[in-house]
Amino acid sequence: MSTLTIRDAIHDALHEEMERDESVFVIGEDVVAHGGPYTVTEGIAERFPDRIFETPIAEAGIVGVGVGAALAGMRPVVEIMYLDFITCAMDEVVNQAAKMRYMTGGQASVPIVIRLPCGLGRYIAAQHSQIMESWFMHVPGLQVVAPSTPKDAKGLFKTAVRSPDPVLFFEYKSIYTAEGEVPDGERLIPFGEAEVKREGEDATVVAVGPMVGKALEAGVTLEDDGYDIEVVDPRTLSPLDTETICASVRKTGRAVVCEEDSSFAGTGAEIAATIAENCFADLRAPVTRVGMPHVPMPFAPPLADSVVPQVASVVGAVRRVMA
Amino acid sequence: MSLDAELARRMYLDMWRIRMFEEEANRQTGLGNVAGALHLYCGEEAVGVGVCAHLRDDDYVLGTHRSHGHCLAKGAPMNDMMAELFGKETGSCAGKGGSMHVADLSKNILGANGIVAGGIGPATGTGMATKIRGTDQVSVCFFGDGAAARGPFHEGILMGSLWKLPVVYVCENNGYQQWVRRENVAVVDSVATMAASYDIPGVSVDGQDVVEVHEAAGEAIDRARRGEGPTLLEARTYRYFGHSMGDREEYRTREEVEDWRDNRDPIALFRAYMAERQWLTGREDEEIRTAAKEAVTAAVEFADASAYPPLAAAHADVLDTEWRADA
Repeated sequence: MSTLTIRDAIHDALHEEMERDESVFVIGEDVVAHGGPYTVTEGIAERFPDRIFETPIAEAGIVGVGVGAALAGMRPVVEIMYLDFITCAMDEVVNQAAKMRYMTGGQASVPIVIRLPCGLGRYIAAQHSQIMESWFMHVPGLQVVAPSTPKDAKGLFKTAVRSPDPVLFFEYKSIYTAEGEVPDGERLIPFGEAEVKREGEDATVVAVGPMVGKALEAGVTLEDDGYDIEVVDPRTLSPLDTETICASVRKTGRAVVCEEDSSFAGTGAEIAATIAENCFADLRAPVTRVGMPHVPMPFAPPLADSVVPQVASVVGAVRRVMA
Repeated sequence: MSLDAELARRMYLDMWRIRMFEEEANRQTGLGNVAGALHLYCGEEAVGVGVCAHLRDDDYVLGTHRSHGHCLAKGAPMNDMMAELFGKETGSCAGKGGSMHVADLSKNILGANGIVAGGIGPATGTGMATKIRGTDQVSVCFFGDGAAARGPFHEGILMGSLWKLPVVYVCENNGYQQWVRRENVAVVDSVATMAASYDIPGVSVDGQDVVEVHEAAGEAIDRARRGEGPTLLEARTYRYFGHSMGDREEYRTREEVEDWRDNRDPIALFRAYMAERQWLTGREDEEIRTAAKEAVTAAVEFADASAYPPLAAAHADVLDTEWRADA
């Protein structure tokens, strides 16, 4: 075991995968100069100088180049500096990467990983703080990965690089520096396998990304109320492990679904609908969502903190479903 | 690869194969055998054939919504292509792509593309793969003049030039962006002039003259193969049919179309060129047309006799479901 941050876990996984497979390469803005704003690609240029490409500020071009290289058998790891900028490359993600295998009747494979630093980190307002997992969950042909711990980040990243299909890899800025134990050696985590991060009997809290840590904190607080919550981390949002989620809800009879992004038509909406469709008879309270209100991210720190769901939001939601 | 009688006859055959394939595809649409959108390449055959004559099987080609000609010229089997247009399970893409998405990865034909300029970034990416691996393949990306308005045109060619990637960007300037004359929406007449912004050669040729296309493409492809970077090659051409089916063609006159068909037809011009050099006898001409006709007839029979994909096929090929993380 080693103690790593999420940033370190992704950094290490990237180095290991590039060492293992010569077809892996890095492309993105500022990936050499600074290792990216969050220094995830630090050291790649020194170690693999022929396999890192620092680009013009041209997201459509960056992803398009990645798609073509992947079609030709390479394994590009694309960094989009801030998730928000992926909107400049939506055609390349949605119409190109996601569709190639299907449109060619299974001939084409697009093994591309698109890294997406996202969410609220420093207070950088509406164009640098979005998450938008659900945009990509909605598109068949894409895999959406949302790690919440260093162990998951490392294992899922290695799986992402080796996957034959496109991966959107969400890196939540607010937990880049979160530390955790990571097993030594090679551990790949399959997509579509949720993890129960805390076992409990009274209510299921399905939490995504940074909400996992908040849900675990809420769990401690809720012990004082006499409530024992179970925290389920889907880890990948597409494919989504509905079995583990539903098994937990059948056991507890109550469900709170937490995401940091806006709830409206969001990630949690899909999870909540899945629970309602499959566990209706087991539910003792309506499924409740925790998420941001349907507003852009404000700048002023007190405003930003007021709209992003916190530990107290989870605590409040659990109390509501327990009432 | 310089032009000689043998190569010229092969190219002439390819042009006829494309012309007849397209006319037949149009007829089959009328008969209800081909669904959806059909963008025909008639009138533009010299471009695809002149360029692809230089390409090896392992070179990459990426196309547009109007790419039947590119695929045939690069060597995609005609039977598979017609079956794809019919939506049959024997099609190039097992009936999952259709006319706008014909692809044959065994020939490194990475696909027609329904998004204008959609192939430019990916073609640049295949060039990057080639450069990283250190092989000498060339990538050719075909696109129309409309694509030059889009951001991916700029971003892709910029990166192709920045890293000196082995890509030839071939603009088929047919003068119309769907139903709009180019001059109504463009500020430069020649797309080739835009190459100056990327510090690469910009070459404009008569796209009805396959000899001229072939020569210019040869230079561009050789340059790419030598590792000297991309070229923006513009072929000024014309499409005989409307943009797609249901085009009322109110944006151009019947006389304009007739003028191109009668005086600027790429097949007729090439036939005259070959006849002048005694590269093509009347009998050879007849044989070539018959061969093309027979191939198209066989393709229709093949497509017609093939079955639609089983309904389960709609649910397959979204992801590679066989693959497992190995730990």
